Amino acid sequence: MSKFQFPESILSRPVYGTLAPRPGKSHLMIADAEGAEALLELADRDENLMANSHIIYLPKDTGDTYVDRLRAAGPNQLYVGPSFAAATQRIRHVLGQAHMGLQVYLTGTEGLIGQAMNEATAVGIPHTAIQTEHRGSVARRMQCVHCKGITEDVTTDPFVCGHCGLNLFVRDHYSRRLAAFQGVCIDAEDPGNVPEPQELYS
Amino acid sequence: MTIQFNEETFRDDYSFRNSDWAIKRFPFPFHEDSYMYSVNMEQHRGGPAGSVYEKRFDVDEHYVSEMRDRALVLDDDPLRCQSLPHMTLAGWDTLELIMVSKSEDYPDLFELHRDGDQWHWINRPMGIEQKFTFLDETTLPCGPLEYITRQAQGDFAVLDQRDEMLWMDAGMITTQADWSLDFDIGMNFFEWHAPVPLAHEMGIFKRALKFLLNIQQGAPARRLNWTMTVNPLLDTSPENYHKWGIQKTQMTPETIGAKQHLRVELQTFYRLPRSNALLFPIRCYLIAFQDLTTIPKWGRRLHRVIRDLPEELATYKGFIDNRPMMLDYLSQFDDGQPTSPGIWPDLASEPALKK
Amino acid sequence: MSAAPQKAKAGAEKIDVLVSAVVPLNDLVTRFEFKRTDGQDFPPFSAGAHTVVEMQDEDRTRLNPYSLMSDPADTSTYAISVRRDDQGRGGSLFMHQNVSQGDPMVITYPVNLFALDLRARKHIFFAGGIGITPFMAMIAQLERSNGHWELHYAARSPELASYATELKAKHPANVHVYYDSEKQAIDLGHLLEGQPLGTHAYVCGPAGMIQWVHTTAAELGWPEDNVHSEEFLAPQPGKPFQVRLCKSDITIDVGENESLLEAMERCGVEAPFLCRGGACGQCETDVVEHSGTFDHRDHWLDEAEHASGEKIMPCVSRFLGETLVLDR
Repeated sequence: MSKFQFPESILSRPVYGTLAPRPGKSHLMIADAEGAEALLELADRDENLMANSHIIYLPKDTGDTYVDRLRAAGPNQLYVGPSFAAATQRIRHVLGQAHMGLQVYLTGTEGLIGQAMNEATAVGIPHTAIQTEHRGSVARRMQCVHCKGITEDVTTDPFVCGHCGLNLFVRDHYSRRLAAFQGVCIDAEDPGNVPEPQELYS
Repeated sequence: MTIQFNEETFRDDYSFRNSDWAIKRFPFPFHEDSYMYSVNMEQHRGGPAGSVYEKRFDVDEHYVSEMRDRALVLDDDPLRCQSLPHMTLAGWDTLELIMVSKSEDYPDLFELHRDGDQWHWINRPMGIEQKFTFLDETTLPCGPLEYITRQAQGDFAVLDQRDEMLWMDAGMITTQADWSLDFDIGMNFFEWHAPVPLAHEMGIFKRALKFLLNIQQGAPARRLNWTMTVNPLLDTSPENYHKWGIQKTQMTPETIGAKQHLRVELQTFYRLPRSNALLFPIRCYLIAFQDLTTIPKWGRRLHRVIRDLPEELATYKGFIDNRPMMLDYLSQFDDGQPTSPGIWPDLASEPALKK
Repeated sequence: MSAAPQKAKAGAEKIDVLVSAVVPLNDLVTRFEFKRTDGQDFPPFSAGAHTVVEMQDEDRTRLNPYSLMSDPADTSTYAISVRRDDQGRGGSLFMHQNVSQGDPMVITYPVNLFALDLRARKHIFFAGGIGITPFMAMIAQLERSNGHWELHYAARSPELASYATELKAKHPANVHVYYDSEKQAIDLGHLLEGQPLGTHAYVCGPAGMIQWVHTTAAELGWPEDNVHSEEFLAPQPGKPFQVRLCKSDITIDVGENESLLEAMERCGVEAPFLCRGGACGQCETDVVEHSGTFDHRDHWLDEAEHASGEKIMPCVSRFLGETLVLDR
């Protein structure tokens, strides 16, 4: 599956790369949905990598599509879970026990990458040392700057805040700490004048 | 020095007013008849007597009312003041800097008595007296950054310096021109400036960063920034934009003189000693168009600056829609006569308005 | 704002001091303590900071950076320790031979290019020889804030291991000393791979040791941002060369034993500087024209910039060739 080409944007908008093997004694890989493809491509590049890897995989809508192939790639540990929230305890446990030199690889949706990155940076891994590769949905996690609520899986601009109901426009300004883009009221200066929602990146 | 402190509001009935003294010392930011971004830094070591540049942390007639407005903002939204855990030491550095500066620069208003780490602070205008142990958070009612910035005008961003970069890791931000501390905290210098149009391509931020990384103890710097605000509203935060945004559309040619305000930020930069962080105070001054234009040179110049400002800047600064009405009003104060270089009012030498 | 905006002066702010103590520690190292001439307290500083000491050596002014080793919380005194280098340019010799208790001197406000990362869960220090000095201040600071730290200190011999006895006595569990003379070596790989996430490593010592720590850490997968080092490069002597300064409209000769920066200063040219050791970037100068080869000795410019021939760091780097024109 081809990777989405994000248009060039402002400097606070995250830019994703391509996962590459890095020296280290152990490797932690966290992926959702089509992110599995990036992990499989990574495994192809270095057959020794998987032997020391712990994969945490959240298939979401892809169901069983990738699970067997991930298992066949030979990771030391493989966890297949229903959601990031369910996996959080496990992720924190692994990070809490880890030593310096752990390599972290994140791939899949922006929301997964952002939230997993926060878990890693919370234990002291600099965000610049964490590899990321985007795959799959381009839906965004959006924070409403007014009520602070986060709305998941936003695919249109504007959209309605899932918490307070304001009509918000989508900014590219992104907070690593919140793992979300910023949404701002679109009709503050002309209440009720809300443009037709357009698909993101259309 | 005796200052008469105003009883005024920066919301609801907007009773804010500038006295003649405040108008004449207003930090007009334009030194020529056009504006473009620059790394316009200079040393922050005093200025003409009575000017806003003279003291380290300028105190004016709006002090008490501004602090009251800050307290209201924080009651409503405590997330306007945050400090990441490693920034507490920088908070203490900030407290020391502000207490020492204010007590030395305004001895009639502020007193600081220190016996080792046993400190005794008196803030007369706000009626505050506090004894505490320096570096011991348990002896203050709240963290040191919040404690002292509730008593100092303007916003304060505290920037950690690591890996040849500055990080916005703490701040008290209640008078901002439309950016969110809660969203931006943790970002680096380029990231939090990401939304500013044109400046990145011009290399402004690369040069500014290099300058700021090398600011040393004992050698603070300053610069001016500006934008426009309708009504003397200090809290023009994104958080409340859905409430205040509508005010931008409620001006008429009859009310614009009183409602349209030039908003100038006097930004200063101090290297903090124990934490090696950089303190970035952003002091906000407001002036209504009808007051600003009583200074002939400023009236002429402001018209020309606003008229010729690139569209991207007027859009980013939020006044593109009101620009035509602003120019209609300001053109009354531009008789085409030349203006002298520099920001000062030059009342003695500038010709009166010819109309 | 002001009618003539003041430009920043070159270098950090200065402080007039008196030498309050000169304490030889061993054959090579002497500690110098300073108090302010005006009797005031010094500014507090962040551990890892250095001060630039001004030495009047007859007609020559030398400016050398030295790490502050005193407790940052003790603002009555600043202390540095200087290792005598008989092969060097003479700064350390000057300190050892010409500076006595009671002498007036001029030093700068602290400048920190080697700061602790206060987010760290743990700090692990690697000191080689005189590189122990910044860690003395760091340990004092972390002790006050209950920080988690560990020191690994390599020295030639017990006699030359300045402050080792004092450190081991005060912090027996956290201080480990290794003597070359007894064939003891830091088990670096083993130490680094066992640290918990969020550990930061700091190294100060000879160039080889610094390189060793950076390389070993990288091989073990440590993020670059978690390894910090400081090495003051003393400007090395080299063949004399001529430089045209187009802004000042003069041509100057850089002597064998002076740096390009020192030559500019000697000729009255105002050139920015801060650390004077190739690390901080403040003296970065644009090259207008050149015909010859650069001898880049700094840690500031990257490889591409070194290759481009468009920039030079005058505090430590030199040039060999027919023409060099700088934008000063």
